[in-house]
Amino acid sequence: MAEQDWKTNKGVFAAVSLPTLVWIFLFFLVPMAIVWLYSFGQNKGLTDIEISGTLENYKRATEWLYLTIFGKSFAVAALVTLICLIIGFPVAMAITFASEKWRPWLLLGIMLPFWTNLLIRTYALMMLLGTQGFANKGLGALWEGTSWLKTLVGLQPLPTWEPVQLLFNNFAVVFGLVYVHLPFMVLPLYAALDRLDRSLIEASLDLGAGHFRTIMRIVVPLAAPGIVAGVMITLIPALGAYLTPDLMGGTDSQMIANVIERQFKKANDWPFGAALSFLLIYAMFALIAIQSMRKKVAEAS
Amino acid sequence: MARFARTPIAPLEYSRTLWMRLWVGAVMLFLYAPLIVLVIFSFNDSKRNVVWRGFTTKYYEKALGNDQLVEALLNSLSIAALATIASLALGTVAAVMLWRFRFPLKGAIDGTISLPIIVPEICLGVAFLMFFAAVGWPTDLIWPFNLGAITIAHITFCFPFVTMVVRSRLATFNREQEEAAKDLGASEWQVFRDVLIPHIKPALVAGALLSFTLSLDDFVITYFTSGPDTITFPVKVYSMVRFSVTPEVNAASTLLIALTVALTFVALKAQGVKAIAETH
Repeated sequence: MAEQDWKTNKGVFAAVSLPTLVWIFLFFLVPMAIVWLYSFGQNKGLTDIEISGTLENYKRATEWLYLTIFGKSFAVAALVTLICLIIGFPVAMAITFASEKWRPWLLLGIMLPFWTNLLIRTYALMMLLGTQGFANKGLGALWEGTSWLKTLVGLQPLPTWEPVQLLFNNFAVVFGLVYVHLPFMVLPLYAALDRLDRSLIEASLDLGAGHFRTIMRIVVPLAAPGIVAGVMITLIPALGAYLTPDLMGGTDSQMIANVIERQFKKANDWPFGAALSFLLIYAMFALIAIQSMRKKVAEAS
Repeated sequence: MARFARTPIAPLEYSRTLWMRLWVGAVMLFLYAPLIVLVIFSFNDSKRNVVWRGFTTKYYEKALGNDQLVEALLNSLSIAALATIASLALGTVAAVMLWRFRFPLKGAIDGTISLPIIVPEICLGVAFLMFFAAVGWPTDLIWPFNLGAITIAHITFCFPFVTMVVRSRLATFNREQEEAAKDLGASEWQVFRDVLIPHIKPALVAGALLSFTLSLDDFVITYFTSGPDTITFPVKVYSMVRFSVTPEVNAASTLLIALTVALTFVALKAQGVKAIAETH
């Protein structure tokens, strides 16, 4: 049965639509509109903001400093997405082809960290990566081991181990973002791979293609929509990430969200912060538009 | 490996090949090792949190004796409960609206409802900060009314997720059941309560779990909407982590992890592993 026209049952339509429409208007569209309006304003005094229709804030956002931060945020988000894809794809494959008994538990294993508080996960990583954390101790033990092996074969031992700085730099930001976003990538990949017609893979293997070639030539093209979905679901939150660069990054690993936050707290320049927020939103829309355009092209051909 | 290889590995049994097992094992280790270390060190009898110095539960006593932390946790749980209830109601009627009716501007409204999922958290936080400042939202109300601003913000980003899961469940609903109920004399409300709700119950459980954890998890949006008297658990932990890394944070985190795991198991008991896994 098709959908009902709203005019045929106005009472029920009003009951189910009014709460949603009122809420989304009052507590989503109005706040967004305020940000948009303020982005054309300027500070007058400490708390007064005049909406003067100026484009000054957007002009300031195109300064070299902010362009590099935008560029860097994109680069970090893209790198994180790529690493998540490389790590996550085999995991999604393993879940898809696992036995009935194991599959739900593997899925749960991926989802449980995703449900755990983001701040707690970030804090756990910080403990591990600190100069006295286990990651450094592990590396130190490896170093000592190599040194010992070298003396064993009669070479000079390595210089004594100095703990490396694993935290508060760009490496930590990428590591932390991969840690946090991996489940976002695995779940849509699994959803796509699960729908795959397995007889195609079997046919490819029967006709003599190796496993690697089958995956690259059959599985990846067929799972392309899921891969694109996974990339978008990982890329978008990674681009707007605030907590990970804030807590795990150094002074040079600020991402765009950190710059926005600074305008509202320390720098107290709301109009500029509003303009940066909207530029970030426009960037998201551009990404989504590119994706849906690709989808249409794929469907047409 | 001999135990596993009782039957030869079929071509498609990728998950039985050794390198796949190693890969999945390594990923699980990567995901869980930091959390396990965090939990273990919450029992560590050392202030500096780096070397194991013996078992103690004193940091749990300290965390539970920290009034601010306990208050923050209670605030977080209250907000999560309120936001979950409101999101379930709002998300369900929105899903029914989009599923049942044809109306003008449907595509635009559909898109707008899912926008809070796509818009970056930081932008949503900024929007609520400006909105509550612009309307002059009172900040000196008594508990629990002082949590209003944060709860409103949480409902806005939680209910689209409920709409999403309920809508995909409604797609499997046989509309003839609804017609049959109406033919037998049921009113619109009775059809909704006795036919539709039982059908979408798994989606409601999943949506509730999703809303509750999203609300409990949120830091960025709350950071922008909370006043000095309305600290939530993530905001409190954030300031503690900034200040120093202490076993007290570990103890508080462990309690929250335990809560998450407990909630997951409640949902599992109610729905089974498969249903929960499939809602994502």
